[in-house]
Amino acid sequence: MSARARRAAGLAAAVLLAGCGTNLSAVDPAGPQAARIAGLAGFLTVAGSAVFLVVVGFLLYAVWRGHRRAESAGGPEVERRMALWVGGGLAATVAVLAAVLLHNLATGRALAAFAEPDALVVRVTGQQWWWEVEYQDPSPHRRLLTANEIHVPVGRRVRVEVESSDVIHSFWVPNLHGKLDLIPGYSGVTYLRADRPGVYHGRCAEYCGLQHARMDLRVVAEPPERFAAWYEAQLRAAPPPADSLQQKGQQVFLTRKCAMCHTIRGTPAQSRIGPDLTHLASRGTIASGTLPNTRGHLAGWVVDPQRIKPGARMPPNQLASDELHALLDYLQSLK
Amino acid sequence: MASTGAEVREGLLDAEARAEMERTWRPRPGLYGWLASTDHKSVAKRYVATAFLFFILGGLEALLMRVQLARPENGLLDPDQYAQLFSMHGTTMMFLFGVPIQLAAAIYLVPLMVGTRNISFPRLNAFGYWTYLVGGLLLYSGFALNTGPDAGWFNYVPLAGPEYSPGKRIDVWAQTVTFTEIAALVAAVELIVTILKQRAPGMSLNRVPLYVWSILVTSFVVLFAMPSVALASLMLAFDRLVGTHYFNPAEGGDALLWQHLFWFFGHPEVYIMFLPATGFVSEIIPVFARRRIFGHTALVLALVATGFLSFGLWVHHMFTTGLPQLGQSFFTAASVMIAIPNGVQVFCWIATLWAGRPRFDTPLLFVLGFLVLFVMGGITGVMVASVPFDQQAHDTHFVVAHLHYVQIGAFVFPLFAAIYFWFPKVTGRMLSETLGKWNFWLFFAGVNLTFFPLHFLGLMGMTRRVYTYLPETGWGPLNLLATVGAFTIAASVAVFLANVYRSLRSGRAAGDDPWGAHTLEWGTSSPPPSYNFLHVPVVQGLYALWERTPDRPVVTGMQTRRREVLLTTVLDATPDARYEHPGPGLAPLYTALGLGVTFIGAIFTPWAFVAGPVLMFGALLHWFATEEEKEGPPTHAEEPA
Repeated sequence: MSARARRAAGLAAAVLLAGCGTNLSAVDPAGPQAARIAGLAGFLTVAGSAVFLVVVGFLLYAVWRGHRRAESAGGPEVERRMALWVGGGLAATVAVLAAVLLHNLATGRALAAFAEPDALVVRVTGQQWWWEVEYQDPSPHRRLLTANEIHVPVGRRVRVEVESSDVIHSFWVPNLHGKLDLIPGYSGVTYLRADRPGVYHGRCAEYCGLQHARMDLRVVAEPPERFAAWYEAQLRAAPPPADSLQQKGQQVFLTRKCAMCHTIRGTPAQSRIGPDLTHLASRGTIASGTLPNTRGHLAGWVVDPQRIKPGARMPPNQLASDELHALLDYLQSLK
Repeated sequence: MASTGAEVREGLLDAEARAEMERTWRPRPGLYGWLASTDHKSVAKRYVATAFLFFILGGLEALLMRVQLARPENGLLDPDQYAQLFSMHGTTMMFLFGVPIQLAAAIYLVPLMVGTRNISFPRLNAFGYWTYLVGGLLLYSGFALNTGPDAGWFNYVPLAGPEYSPGKRIDVWAQTVTFTEIAALVAAVELIVTILKQRAPGMSLNRVPLYVWSILVTSFVVLFAMPSVALASLMLAFDRLVGTHYFNPAEGGDALLWQHLFWFFGHPEVYIMFLPATGFVSEIIPVFARRRIFGHTALVLALVATGFLSFGLWVHHMFTTGLPQLGQSFFTAASVMIAIPNGVQVFCWIATLWAGRPRFDTPLLFVLGFLVLFVMGGITGVMVASVPFDQQAHDTHFVVAHLHYVQIGAFVFPLFAAIYFWFPKVTGRMLSETLGKWNFWLFFAGVNLTFFPLHFLGLMGMTRRVYTYLPETGWGPLNLLATVGAFTIAASVAVFLANVYRSLRSGRAAGDDPWGAHTLEWGTSSPPPSYNFLHVPVVQGLYALWERTPDRPVVTGMQTRRREVLLTTVLDATPDARYEHPGPGLAPLYTALGLGVTFIGAIFTPWAFVAGPVLMFGALLHWFATEEEKEGPPTHAEEPA
């Protein structure tokens, strides 16, 4: 199929599937691999639909023709014609399948050729039920730990190294590329490149327990300079509390259960059981894509995560209302 | 028709001979008789009924899931209930409905079709049913006690391992699977032996009906596929119960090993359900097209080729695990290749319909529906066989759509066709054609309404096994449509049940051969007598009833006072030996119960491995003691020449 036809098929599919509020479509590519795969999907859809129509057409014709017969047909002449038609059908099947196979292999080859040595390296570790994201860098102090949100510069290749610390998960950002499983004991590598800025949603695609449905992530593709600015901001330790309320909020964080699982760089809280919260307020969502990052949702999540994500590893927190408000003030200051 | 010598002879001796055969073969009366029966027909009937009950339970589970997904953030089910429901739905449909009902139908039909009096190893057959029943009861007792499996029917480790699934839920799953494996394996052995050694004289291999061929191939697939999952579930049970580390990467185990072992069984399993379905279709089409099937040999070769190729596909369930490119290409090629024999089958069926004079009774309607849905599912199958496309489609609702088109279209539709076709033979009564047509059209509309939208949902990013989704995803409307479709299917199944009920109460009498069919079972009464055939028929052509000569030759000289069956040679089906079958007894039930105590008890205490075998030893002593009493060594038949 020509590039133009491929684009047309992809566009048709995209129009068909439009109307989604979130960027989560396998046929609305924002990166080269997703585009290749969407082209293949268009080819397979067109070829498959044609085969379906032809076969069902023959079936309906056969039934209609047979229905009009006074006497069922037989004899060497009829058998010969049937053999011819069945043989022709077989030859056509083999031809279509060969075309499909070649197209598959060519696409697979193109996808495999996407590796690049000096890509931005991000290590993604799946956990029940969130994503730990660690940007790699030769100098250790420029390594960056965050969660559930991967910022990438538009147009640059990103090498995503995946692993799992508990059960099998699968890393999938449909607008950019197909999925790759995170299997304990194995490490996997995939490459992404976003060609236009935007927020691309991702999901865990392998059933991983109770909250598999709420294990989302976001890939934020930004122009390189904005990405660089974001990166520098994220590298900094958390800003110190700006007022007494935030001060009190930090105390709540450090003296209650929060600090037992979470890290806020620049404070004594250094545990890696839960997501790193150093720049929590800079993220768009909380609870691994479950809720928008607003004060109200944050309050609901901190007090009773089990109502929002039953089975999640975070326990409920009974806080007095002034403590809660102080804590929220503090968390929202972590820009 | 002029009376022939054979008919006169039969008429004179009829009453006396039939009475004597009935005394020899009839089941014993009362509850004991029911429990002790080793007649292939009564075992198969309860087998089919049990499997169909599980079909309904699995369907209800699916309905609940569809209601939950009908709109975003629905609160009907919590994630734990949802996890149990989809695990139960998959496990039920695959292990308690799909494979068992196909083997059960074969247990009923194959001995009749090859013209023998009972299945080979009739007590093993009864044992198989009881084992299966124990497995089914274990799974559903677990579910009722909130101990239903919750890691999916595929049960991936480490999620299903001891660390992430404490409690007994996964143990219930593993042992259920063990029971159903044993049941399937014994059925496969009996069917192979029946087909190879008990065919009526004259039914040389080139005259074996296509359905029987499909069962022969299926049984071999069972023999090679089931040990893989038996091993996997045993290793999992060891990991969970005695602390081995087969699947624990932290101790040198391997999490991917489970997937290889499981799918080495799991992919052929699809064909264990599908191949007999193609057998149904190949039997039904010539009867309703009123013409010999086109391409008999090609169809047999297609069955055998599909059986072989089905073992070369398992990695296409693992395309996203990051296996090496070259290996994946091999499995893509194999997955694409299997479309070729299936294409041959479809073309031969269409050609037969073209040359025939089809009559549109319900069985043929279901077959036509099958062809449409199967082509659809086959095409999406070729799509997901592509590694790059599958990396997007895998574990999304696109795959849910694909697999249900294949499973319902290519297995449940032919099954319904077969039920409408053979119900008159089994019960002696016809099903209503009017209700049958309602049944078909509601089902056909329901399947498309439910599963066609799921293709789009998958490409829109809707992953599988999610208990909820956010409104912003835009998945709501298509999900609602799918839920409406699911209720349409439920209505269709309700119409079917009403049809069966009505027919059993007041259905029209069927007669021996209501369809003008050609295989041997239509040559005996409906329902068949306990001994199947008064005289074992002699087969004179591929279409046994269409091609028999007017004198209708039969085998005479068989014992009527003992349960004697005729053994014939493997290739040419010339008489080989007369073999006496054991009568009814409780040993199979006892043995199955002993096995049940062993495996179910092992969930709770290792001492079960001591107690269970003691019980089984007693049961087997009983088994072999009664064999001694009822069976002598095989008596060699007189060589004809």
